Parts: sequence; structure tokens; C-alpha cells
Amino acid sequence: MVNTSVTLSGLTLDNPVIPASGTFGYGYEFAEIYDINCLGSFSFKGTTREPRFGNEPPRIAESASGMLNAVGLQNPGIDRVISEELPKLRRVFHKPVVANISGFSIDEYVECCGRIDREEGVGLIEVNISCPNVHNGGMSFGTSPESAAAVTRAVKAVTKKPVYMKLSPNVTDIAAIARACEDAGADGISLINTLMGMRIDLKRRAPVLRNVTGGLSGPAVFPVALRMVWQVYEAVKIPIIGMGGVSGAEDVIEMMLAGATAVEVGAANLVDPLASKKIVEALPAVCERLHMENLKDIIGGAHHG
Amino acid sequence: MNNEIFEIIANRPVAKNTLEMVLSGDTEGIAPGQFVNLKLDGFYLRRPISVCDFGPGRLTLIYKVVGRGTEYMAGLGPGARLDVLTGLGNGYDTAPSGERPLLIGGGAGVPPLYALAKRLLAEGKRPAAILGFNSEDEIFYRDEFSALGVETAVTTADGSYGIRGFVTDAMDRPYTYFYTCGPGPMLRAVYDKSVTSGQFSFEERMGCGFGACMGCTCKTKTGHKRVCKDGPVLTKEEIVW
Repeated sequence: MVNTSVTLSGLTLDNPVIPASGTFGYGYEFAEIYDINCLGSFSFKGTTREPRFGNEPPRIAESASGMLNAVGLQNPGIDRVISEELPKLRRVFHKPVVANISGFSIDEYVECCGRIDREEGVGLIEVNISCPNVHNGGMSFGTSPESAAAVTRAVKAVTKKPVYMKLSPNVTDIAAIARACEDAGADGISLINTLMGMRIDLKRRAPVLRNVTGGLSGPAVFPVALRMVWQVYEAVKIPIIGMGGVSGAEDVIEMMLAGATAVEVGAANLVDPLASKKIVEALPAVCERLHMENLKDIIGGAHHG
Repeated sequence: MNNEIFEIIANRPVAKNTLEMVLSGDTEGIAPGQFVNLKLDGFYLRRPISVCDFGPGRLTLIYKVVGRGTEYMAGLGPGARLDVLTGLGNGYDTAPSGERPLLIGGGAGVPPLYALAKRLLAEGKRPAAILGFNSEDEIFYRDEFSALGVETAVTTADGSYGIRGFVTDAMDRPYTYFYTCGPGPMLRAVYDKSVTSGQFSFEERMGCGFGACMGCTCKTKTGHKRVCKDGPVLTKEEIVW
């Protein structure tokens, strides 16, 4: 019997598989086709203080082994997330959920994190300081160690639940930013958000996305994500949630060997709505084949010396 | 939503750059106006295609070759298997149609109206259809609509067949309600010309096709709607142009 459970800052998950924010809504669509309680947890759609429509369409483009999105943090706002989405979510998912929070000012992060911290069903707060698709917010906080630390410090002051800072790969030294978050009190690091990219429509001779740029995700980014998880693991002592192009149980194990305690699955859910379930189900057999009895023992296992 | 494996029975051209793909598989839960999302080898995202016709174990799709994904589809032959998500989108609501609904389709927007016509006929209603194309070589399913007993008018923009002009040039007639699907400018023109309430089927670039990614959201008078999940059919009253 393989033990797949892992623990993130006191929060024990049955397995390390967590659908990533923005690819799983609030879980309802997936609950229509499988019991999502098989998951370790899931990270719900990034929430801001105000309701947001997001960017004008087209918001989606395809690329080799991946996709670009420029959704732009569409969400109903923290009030409705707490009053409507969370109660509905509780009916289909009975484990602690990961609350993904985004913002355009430190005040906004503080208000939203403080409020979501009081919600019973929330097990962990994932603070998105890395959205590449909005202006004057999101990623601008995640691109310097100082501003990342400032958000971390402010959010930690108003929360009791574990706070994981979700970092952007669109930086020169992600390890320095992770270290700044750790020094400012973060309980963990979550990475990577999408890589900024673009496509051009040949017939129209214009960008495919109305926002011009979007965030690249899917298998194309997996090696980049893995490298960054590796670097952050060497830089910090706090737990890491690794993500970026994870599509199968082997990818989960690779992420964990690089240093992730848990692993988020993103774009794969959009292509195959059963992807996360299939990964959860495949994990024990893959572990057995690789002679891994206790999954938590392999975290960072590829770092020697 | 269901995830099924379908097998291609036939995949043949029905007009210029337009093919009809007939598949066998489980069609349980499919309704007129819905779409399916096809996984194609070598392409990361699925391809959403409207349902043209369906019956027990049999699904018909009509698609226009517009890019690399549909080019790949056009190369598939009988026996090929496809991973398909079915039962996507809200579909048409036939309850408000009245006795004599008008179906207005333009080009690649014609197919979903075929399954709708069959449904309306089964409910004892007498739909009429206006099918608009650019020119004669693009016309498909005129005979299929007529064979159902649906009074069918065809318009071509270049006048090479039927009524010269656009679908709106054939709309001066009595009807109790309307259903329309086609390119954006056509939908807008139908909206302006129409004298009753009706339903519009929209198209947008999608990520997942089942409501999870917010990739295809549009603004409506009743809030933000996901074209894939809350649509693709919207009522005339809720549309914001």
C-alpha cells in the first residue's frame, strides 16, 4: 500500500494533486462528471475585492503543447464568492479548499485575505502576486523581492491560515523572490504562474489575443516550471506547491523530486476534464513501480549533496 | 457533459471547404443547439463543433475548413476514433417558438438549425428556414431541410443561386419566433430586422468548452455569461452588441 498523503503547513491532504486556480472554477463543472472529493484539494478561481469581467475576447490561443490565456481575473468579487460560491462549493467538495486571492493594491490583498481567512472551508490561502494578464496589479507585486515581501507581511498580519505566495516565472531570479516571501513570514511558495507569451494571426496580421499577450501553460512549460521549483527548493525551507504543465502522475512525482510537497494541475483539466482524477488514480501504481512507499519521503529527493 | 469515444463512419465534402462527418457513439443527453468538443491528435486544445443532427448511436457534424485543426479533421477517414465531450452548452429552448418559427442560418451557422428543425417538427410545429451563403458552391443541406418538409429559402450574396442578398432579404414574411446562427454581422442584422423575440447561437474562441476556464465570457443584459456553458444560445432580450 502506497501512502500518498502529504502535509502543507499542518494541512494534510490525502494526495498531492490539486487542480490549479483558473482551470477548475469552483469545482461544479467537474463535479458533474466525477466525485471531486478524490482530489487532495483544489484551488478556486482567483478572487479580487471587486467583481471583474476580465479582458475582452479573444482570451484564448493555442500553441504547440500548450495554450495562452488572457482571461484577466474574471471573478464575481469577494462578497459573492463568500456568500454564493463557497456555500455551493461546500456541497460538492467536502475537504479544505485552497483560496486563490489576487489584488491591485496591498489594501485589497489584506481585505480579501483577511475575509477569506475566516471561512471555515478554506484550508490554505494562495496569494496570487503573479497574474500576467492585468495591468497595475497581480504580477507587478511578484516581480521584485521588496514588493513580494510587502504583500506577504501585510497578508500574514491579518490571517491565521497558511499563506502561500504564488510566484511569477517572468522574473530574473525567482529564488530571491521566494526567499523574500519566506523572510516576510510566508508559510509556503506556490509556483509557477503562466509564462508571458503571444501569438499573431497570419491572416489578420494582428495579435490573436485582444490583450496582445497572454500566459502560456500546458506541457510546453513543464521543464521551466520544474527548474524553478528546483531552484526555489534550494533557496527556502518552507513547503512548495509546484505547478506548470503537469499532465500525468509521472509529472507529479518529477515535481516532488524537484522539491514540491504538493502539485497543482492546470491546463490539463481544460483539455481532459477527468485529468486530475486520472492522475490521482494513477499515482499509487506509478509509485509502486518506482518503489516509492511513502510519497512524502520523495520530496526534494533529486537534490543530493 | 459526457466524455465518449466516437468512431467516424463517413467524412465527405458537402460544399466548398465544408464537410459532413458522421460518427457512431453514445449520443445520450445531446440536444439541438448544443456542441461537442473534439480532441484531435497533435492539437492541444479541443475543437468545438455544433451538433447538426443526432439519433441513437449516431452523430452528424458539419464543419468548414478554416484552420489547421479543421484541416486535420478533413483528413480523417472512416474507422478513425475521436475522444469527444458531448452535451455541451445550453441548446435551443423550443418552448417559446409558437406555431411558425423561422430558422435563419448563415454558412457554417446552418448545421445546428437542422437538428432544431427536426425537434420543432416532432413537437408539431411548422418551421420555415432561410439559409444564407456567399455563393452557390457553398450551399449545403438545402435538400435535407426541404426533405423534412420545411419551407426553405436560400440566399446567396453574389446572386449565383436563390435570392440575391443576405438572409435578412428573405425575412419579410410572417413568423411567430426565430432561431438564428451565423457570423457576427449576420446575427446583428437579423437582430435589427427581426419583429419577434428569438434566440441567437454565438461562437467564441474557447479554452475548455465546459465552463471552467472563463475563456469565452461575454457581456449580456443579465450578467456575464460563458458562451460555452451559459450559451451558446442567448435570447434576443439579453444580448449586448
